[in-house]
Amino acid sequence: MAEPAQRPSVTKSPTGIEGFDHISLGGVPTGRTTLVSGSAGSAKTIFAAQFLAEGIRQYDQAGVFVTFEESAADIRANVSSLGWDVADWEAAGKWAFVDAAPQPGDEVVVSGAFDLGALVVRVEAAVRRTGAARVAIDSLGAVFSRFENEVIVRAELFRLASALKGMGVTSVMTAERTSEYGEISRHGVEEFVTDNVVILRNVLEGEKRRRTVEVLKFRGTIHQKGEYPFTIMPDQGIVVIPLSAIELDQRSSYTRISSGNAELDAMCGGGFFRDSVILVSGATGCGKTLTSTEFIGGGVDNGERSLLMAFEESRDQLSRNASGWGRDFDRYEREGLLKVVALYPESAGLEDHLIRIKREIDSFKPNRVAVDSLSALERVSSIKGFREFVISLTSFIKHQEIAGLFTATTNSLMGGESVTETHISTITDAIILLRYVELFGEMKRGLTVLKMRGSAHDKEIRAFTIDGTGMHIGAAFRNVTGILAGHPRHVPSAEIERLDQLFRPEGPRGGD
Amino acid sequence: MGKYLLKLYITGRTPQGNRAIANLQRICQAELDGQYEMEVIDVIEDPQAAEDARIIATPTLIKALPPPLRRIIGDLSNKEKVLIGLDLSSPGDEEGHRRG
Repeated sequence: MAEPAQRPSVTKSPTGIEGFDHISLGGVPTGRTTLVSGSAGSAKTIFAAQFLAEGIRQYDQAGVFVTFEESAADIRANVSSLGWDVADWEAAGKWAFVDAAPQPGDEVVVSGAFDLGALVVRVEAAVRRTGAARVAIDSLGAVFSRFENEVIVRAELFRLASALKGMGVTSVMTAERTSEYGEISRHGVEEFVTDNVVILRNVLEGEKRRRTVEVLKFRGTIHQKGEYPFTIMPDQGIVVIPLSAIELDQRSSYTRISSGNAELDAMCGGGFFRDSVILVSGATGCGKTLTSTEFIGGGVDNGERSLLMAFEESRDQLSRNASGWGRDFDRYEREGLLKVVALYPESAGLEDHLIRIKREIDSFKPNRVAVDSLSALERVSSIKGFREFVISLTSFIKHQEIAGLFTATTNSLMGGESVTETHISTITDAIILLRYVELFGEMKRGLTVLKMRGSAHDKEIRAFTIDGTGMHIGAAFRNVTGILAGHPRHVPSAEIERLDQLFRPEGPRGGD
Repeated sequence: MGKYLLKLYITGRTPQGNRAIANLQRICQAELDGQYEMEVIDVIEDPQAAEDARIIATPTLIKALPPPLRRIIGDLSNKEKVLIGLDLSSPGDEEGHRRG
């Protein structure tokens, strides 16, 4: 995948680990050893095991797992939670263990010179027996702590790496790091074992654990630089989120779809674009959930399917809200035109939510996706993590060529902007602001289309009301200024007319 | 004292392996008075034997009998350590023991 024509010396083998092959531009170097280094709990063993599991599942390649730390039985049990039946693969001759873990109660006495010849012989025998194309070795640190003589261990690991190369297998070795941003590995193994280094991190960031993977070097071939977040899914293992490696190659559609509100469609120049992402921002109770409900309703009216990812209210609450606006969620769900997934933001990390949303989109195949609210997810992440999440989600939705509508809550009732808005406004195609407007001792609601990429749109701030049939957008606030800033101020009509005559020869539209 | 069952695992007929065999024979003849059985296993010829006994380093001497089972790795050039491994040294000298 990574320009094999230009660099014939190093080809890559896809690992099959979701997202990793994307950031490594094709996988790990074929026929070579890649060092996977990480601190305690950074998922090194899972990476190593998944390298073999995906080889079996996706590429029909057998694998040999050499374990120095945990026993084969422990590894079988640990990875079964990821949905991998290692015993089954062993029976089928697709997976073989070389169990080099210490035996409990085993006393070892060292008397004189030794080498690790038996280990090399066992690995070679296992590779021959299974016809393995992949070997995983976990972990080098355990070998060093086992034998006092580092010089011998280094020399022998080099011999093992050479033997693996000689057999033409693609291998992954794990090693320990003492700190997240220090030397590559504890025993300095990388420089003699391998030219290829991948680093796994598990960093505490603003009270949240954040896992990342970085391809540090692949000698003689290219890869994406920097850290990419990943998560561990219960039935899949490691899933890397490629983020900036995502190509901006999605097509732009000029097909319009209804927002579910005819007046809003008119303001947007005829509706939203088919594959656009719309951000609806406003204070609490201002009509965001209504906007997403109408967005879903607009899809249903057209026979389209909608997915609603709800992070603030339960399914029942949402259904009750919708019925108050004349939209029957229960019926939509029965007809298969809607799926409501209500989750607590705190129930998982952002990476997990992202993958959950992707899964729901993949399985339900909606035409529209509404996330209410996106800002509820801010709570469970750092700002950087949140931004990455939104970029990734937006990109995914656009690739599916479906419409996405996200809501964001502003923290002040009047005016103001949300963190969500600040961080994602450049990513979204359209922004709709909902605002409270205080006028003559009365709270009114206002709506404006702030941005609509690729289309003309109404720039006025219009008043709207909500009743049992939904949202009704009326005339513009003609004689008020400062709404968006949160300081509405009444402007005398005479002044407006004077300005209108200056700038709009066709005359004023209806006032409020 | 019961009969000793000793298994010596080597990787091919290397000088290191041959040295281990010679050292072991010398120690056994001196210390075990014929009360032993010694088996040399070349893991290149029988990788499964290494797999079954979970041998990593060679040479490895396994004292299979009498219990407890002990592993001694190296060319057995340090006689004191070998005697510790075979439980033939005076008690209290635990210096050579490491968990593995």
